[in-house]
Amino acid sequence: MNEVRLMKGNEAAAEAAILAGCDAYFGYPITPQSEIIEYLSDQGRKRGMIVMQVESEVAAINMIYGASGAGARAMTTSSSPGISLMQEGLSYIACAELPCLLININRGGPGLGTIQPSQGDYFQAVKGGGHGDYHLIVLAPASVQEMADFVYLGFDLADKYRNPVLILADGALGQMMEKVIFPDYDPKKHKVPKPWASTGKTPDRPPNVITSLHLQSEDMEKINLHLQEKYRKIEKNEVRYELISTEDAEYLLVAYGLSARICQRAIEIGRQQGIKVGLLRPISLYPYPYEILNKLADNVRGVLVVEMNAGQMVEDVRLGVNGKIPVEFYGRMGGIIPTPEETLAALRKIINKTEAQKNVAEMLKEKL
Amino acid sequence: MSEVQIPIDGMEVVWEKPDTLSETRMHYCPGCGHGVVHKVLMEVIEELGIQDKTIGVAPVGCSVIAYNYMNIDMQEAAHGRATAVATGIKRVLPDKLVFTYQGDGDLAAIGTAESIHSCNRGENFLIIFINNGIYGMTGGQMAPTSIIGMKTSTTPEGREVHTQGHPFKITEIIATLPGTYYVTRQSVHTPTTVRYFKKAVEKAFKYQMEKKGTCLIEIVSNCPSGWKMTPVESNKWIEENMFPFYPPGDLKVDGKLVEKKPAAPVPTTAKKENKK
Amino acid sequence: MAARGTVTIDVETCKGCELCIEACPQDSLAMSKEINTKGYHYAVLIQDNCTGCVNCALVCPDAVITVFRAGKKKDKEPIAVISNVKHDIKVMVDNPDVPRGEGRLDL
Repeated sequence: MNEVRLMKGNEAAAEAAILAGCDAYFGYPITPQSEIIEYLSDQGRKRGMIVMQVESEVAAINMIYGASGAGARAMTTSSSPGISLMQEGLSYIACAELPCLLININRGGPGLGTIQPSQGDYFQAVKGGGHGDYHLIVLAPASVQEMADFVYLGFDLADKYRNPVLILADGALGQMMEKVIFPDYDPKKHKVPKPWASTGKTPDRPPNVITSLHLQSEDMEKINLHLQEKYRKIEKNEVRYELISTEDAEYLLVAYGLSARICQRAIEIGRQQGIKVGLLRPISLYPYPYEILNKLADNVRGVLVVEMNAGQMVEDVRLGVNGKIPVEFYGRMGGIIPTPEETLAALRKIINKTEAQKNVAEMLKEKL
Repeated sequence: MSEVQIPIDGMEVVWEKPDTLSETRMHYCPGCGHGVVHKVLMEVIEELGIQDKTIGVAPVGCSVIAYNYMNIDMQEAAHGRATAVATGIKRVLPDKLVFTYQGDGDLAAIGTAESIHSCNRGENFLIIFINNGIYGMTGGQMAPTSIIGMKTSTTPEGREVHTQGHPFKITEIIATLPGTYYVTRQSVHTPTTVRYFKKAVEKAFKYQMEKKGTCLIEIVSNCPSGWKMTPVESNKWIEENMFPFYPPGDLKVDGKLVEKKPAAPVPTTAKKENKK
Repeated sequence: MAARGTVTIDVETCKGCELCIEACPQDSLAMSKEINTKGYHYAVLIQDNCTGCVNCALVCPDAVITVFRAGKKKDKEPIAVISNVKHDIKVMVDNPDVPRGEGRLDL
């Protein structure tokens, strides 16, 4: 079980789903993530999983609702346009407090877009997507190993909080091949009892009803307050991030997923050139690591946020930094991946700007 | 004519409300077929002893809170998606009995894809399809099954083909799918048709236990509020206007299409069929 | 002539839809003059010729009617009890007027 395997990100996630004891997968093909349903249609079925290619993403998310409501570990995957189709279902799932796992292999948009990687679904994943006040727990892998690891983590978090969990990856992570080791994980030890599930009303209890309908406003508010309480707990306990070279950093890069990998290389090059730059890599996008970001802002002169979109996570970074220091953005769209050199060039612009501002400030101080 | 009391001493109960129907007063309009269908469904579930094995899926429509009246585990589905939700439940709990309860908008408008594909897969559950040719809950708009000339709030001049298309006979389409085993069209507007409907439900649950495939029971029903008639008038309207277009009877039996015109009981008003 | 059957009606739940009146082959039911607390007239028996046919209860959308019938015993009376060392065999009939007997069957 602990052998090193060379796998595509999509396949690693699929294999992890089987090992994590996923009971049911309902999905629809869409590039660049069809390998997941293909792998599961072969390996998953052979190893006891219910795997079905169904008529649409709309059908898939509602089957997830049904299966999860019946107490099963259920999962679906898609890419941006398909995830858009699932938004209504996700709102229902979140309100009915059903645990389930989703993977979005983000592709370029908006619209039908391109099949190349993108991070343009950040807002959709983190800020809502579907209607109403709810949150998905969002995890952002940056390697094939994390594509696998976050499947186990995702199922466990979903069960712990009775909440849907979304792994926000992208087309490159789904397609690239890297080494991956699958951990020892016994699903029986991780699965939790679900006395609330609709499994058939036995004489010892009242009927279990899985619903998100609460017509009386007072009831609906109570449900919402309960959900908000849950989200505060998640925000307190489930923040995850990685810090690279931040101990002595004068400038900070903030990036997730593939962009973080680019930034890592940019840091290597930058440090060789004498730039003291570090990276905060959020791993949980919801809950967002505002606290650590705010702390880091005390020690650096500027922040550059690097994303493959028009600027989405940068808004959360500005919230975290809270005006202490300048926050700039660099991004590419359309499925183009920024290079480490471009990133460094963007960082240099900020360095020049802040250096210039510093010089002006010192000059004024001397004069006065 | 004044009220008469007949003592019940020495008499036995021959019909009472089943325990599987909850005590909650149903919100349906006076005379609405939903109440009758709920009652018969729950009666069969009680008589077959399957209360602890049955899971229902409620739709969006007047019967969105069906779970308040049915004493079984249930799930509320998004509009049109009941057959997808039921697929999820039945695939992970194959030994439990699953049914969906859907109206004409839920099953034949927004849910068309899910309805067709779950029947095409032969999902081993029962679909209860209430066809009253109108959207009751949202205030009386046209349904896919509204008949030509029918006046609704979105067809104030009467339904016409050019803008609104033909009335959608989805049950006929579903009957042709090989995954379906028992497809029948019933009604609950007279005592005899209620008895026939109950038999259809018993058959459908037995077929599900025998894993025969998808069963669909369409109930041509009324909407006194939407049709703007009294309940008694609305039941006559079913006979005079709905049945010519949606004739009652079996469309598919034992997995085979019924070729001849269905030999269904000719529906008449209750008094005619019971008086000597 | 004693009525063969009767019905009791949950008048507070009745919505006055009149389908039971339409369904009754004996014309035994009608709408009350009074209204219940929800404002509906409700169904009442107006004749003593109810046969307990269940038609009204079948068509009632709110399951407010309970139907009674005389002489239809759910538990059937035995007319003969045949017992041997191992088994008691009871033979049941509908008609309680048939004379009964007891005996032993030695097998």
